[in-house]
Amino acid sequence: MFGDYSLSDLGAIFAMQGFAGLILFSVYVLMALGLAIIFGQMGVINMAHGEFMILGAYVTWMTSNVFQKYAPWLFPEYFFAAMILAFIASGALGMLVEWALIRHLYKRPLDTLLATWGLSLILQQAYRSIFGAREVGVELPAWMMGSWQATDSIQIPINGMFVMGLTVLITIAVAYVLFWSSWGKQVRAVVQNRVMAGAVGINTEKVDRYTFGLGCGIAGVAGSAFTMIGSTGPTAGQLYIVDTFLVVVFGGAASLLGTIASAFTISQTDSTLEFFMSGSMAKVITLLAIVAILMMRPQGLFALKVRK
Amino acid sequence: MIINSRFFNRSELIGFLTLALLLFVILPLSLDVFRLNLVAKYLTYAFVAIGLVMCWGYGGILSLGQGVFFGLGGYCMAMYLKLEASSVANTKIQSTPGIPDFMDWNQLTQLPFFWKPFHSLPITLAAIILVPAFFSFVIGAAMFKRRVGGVYFAIITQAIAAILTILIVGQQGYTGGINGITDLRTLHGWDIRTDHAKFILYFVEVILLFACIVAAQFIRLTKLGRILVAMREQEDRVRFSGYSVANFKIFAFCAAAVFAAIGGALFTLEVGFMSPSFVGIVPSIEMVIYTAVGGRLSIFGAVYGTLLVNFAKTALSESFPQLWLFGLGALFIGVVLAFPNGLAGIWQDYIQPRIDRLMAARKNPTFKLPDNSVANGAPAE
Repeated sequence: MFGDYSLSDLGAIFAMQGFAGLILFSVYVLMALGLAIIFGQMGVINMAHGEFMILGAYVTWMTSNVFQKYAPWLFPEYFFAAMILAFIASGALGMLVEWALIRHLYKRPLDTLLATWGLSLILQQAYRSIFGAREVGVELPAWMMGSWQATDSIQIPINGMFVMGLTVLITIAVAYVLFWSSWGKQVRAVVQNRVMAGAVGINTEKVDRYTFGLGCGIAGVAGSAFTMIGSTGPTAGQLYIVDTFLVVVFGGAASLLGTIASAFTISQTDSTLEFFMSGSMAKVITLLAIVAILMMRPQGLFALKVRK
Repeated sequence: MIINSRFFNRSELIGFLTLALLLFVILPLSLDVFRLNLVAKYLTYAFVAIGLVMCWGYGGILSLGQGVFFGLGGYCMAMYLKLEASSVANTKIQSTPGIPDFMDWNQLTQLPFFWKPFHSLPITLAAIILVPAFFSFVIGAAMFKRRVGGVYFAIITQAIAAILTILIVGQQGYTGGINGITDLRTLHGWDIRTDHAKFILYFVEVILLFACIVAAQFIRLTKLGRILVAMREQEDRVRFSGYSVANFKIFAFCAAAVFAAIGGALFTLEVGFMSPSFVGIVPSIEMVIYTAVGGRLSIFGAVYGTLLVNFAKTALSESFPQLWLFGLGALFIGVVLAFPNGLAGIWQDYIQPRIDRLMAARKNPTFKLPDNSVANGAPAE
């Protein structure tokens, strides 16, 4: 399959496909970060995670419409407002869901999977009733269009670089919050030993709620980024949920570094293979490779060594 | 613990006879052929649900990829029927006569090698059982030997369901793509589209369903079933007692896969086509819903749950298409939150004791009801 291309062509192809994969990588990382917090830290399997992402995408879409209509002079900057709103909307819904549903199921992880699947069906139908079954697309501001000509044969889309930079910032922020802030210490204390954490005065219920909210909020930001690569429809989230779970499991459930590494590997493999064969075969081969590796190394790439 | 030496205890016998009466007598007499065929379609999912009772309810292995095995069985059957439907005489307008029409549309000039065995009915019938059994064995052996379980197993089986769907949709020339394998006509020369054939197929299916119920009940009552329950509750203790936990898990998973495949093959016969929309993640999870609603510990419950959810689905989506997903989602959340053991749990906890008390009171006013929850395999809280 490489035979028809010269070496420099191949280099350019890999570089371009690599950057094309960056937006996918960003969406994967943001989705998977949220899921790694919820699944890796809390042990909850949130099948509705894709729907939280789509909520963020719809919020972005609405924000762009509002800005276009009422504040066209601010339109170039709408994306920043949209991201914050998406975070708040998805995070608030997440906290509500945690209060109403998840907190009753902490002792039954497999049942959280089924219950959140039910939730995802309800959310999908809600989106369909509210926003319509047709997919909506977001108009990008002018400064995000176009691409940067790095060399003669390599072009890098600007929105890709923007989303990429954003992802890096959010990842650093999440890592800071979880590993250095006192709240993050509380989260990890609750995860390690709920009873003991309660005994030393941590309000475990509140920590659970905010942790779940944080994970869902990040999914909302992922939805904002998602509007750049795809159109938003009621069922678009479902397409990503399995991939995202694989990213998290492949990376090692409790490791943020592993999540990033695996999101990078998966999105880049997928994107590079896609150039050489049909999209569906690229996906099949990527997924098969992940499943095969997971069968050999069930704990994922970066597993924490914990005694159980 | 009292182990019942009889094959069915009294209440199970009543359940068995009630279900037999319903499926063999009441439904065929009260429904027209169209509705009966719908019931037949629903019942094909009941095979999957019974398999899930074995592997999820008793073994504690939640598989979100039962659609894979349902699909494998269904596709095996569909390939045979399709080859029979595309004989040289039927397809002489094609550029290559004698191959299925979708292959011709995709510029294939030769039957792919893996289609060739499906010219023969005995090989097809064997493949319906053996192909899914082999696949589930490979998956199960790879996972359980490495002690992958629980959540991870669920996610990986889900990924496998996704992979198979993408593969079927992508390889249009070999599989019929997103439309699936359609336009199936005869089974070994016997037209399956007539009302008469549908009637007979319904009874064949119900007989097979009862065969599966008996097989599942047999597994449940033998030592194997006891070990499955023990494994679900305390896997390490079973391992320390010298049992090979992985092998028992593989067996339960394979049994569930074979049940699902039988259901899939019957589905193809009843409905007349097979497509990737019965293979992927969404149908696989819906199959888990049937089991959860019916009761993950009850074989009969799984059958009733399947029928009930599907009737609700048809009724709601016919009259209020908007509400169906709300209803299904709410049903699912409600069952998981309030009734983890589903309909069968409600029956066992609320209705059965009352009936027993009434019967006991009639016989002997001072009779005290024995607690039989452990013997029935209910999970310890």
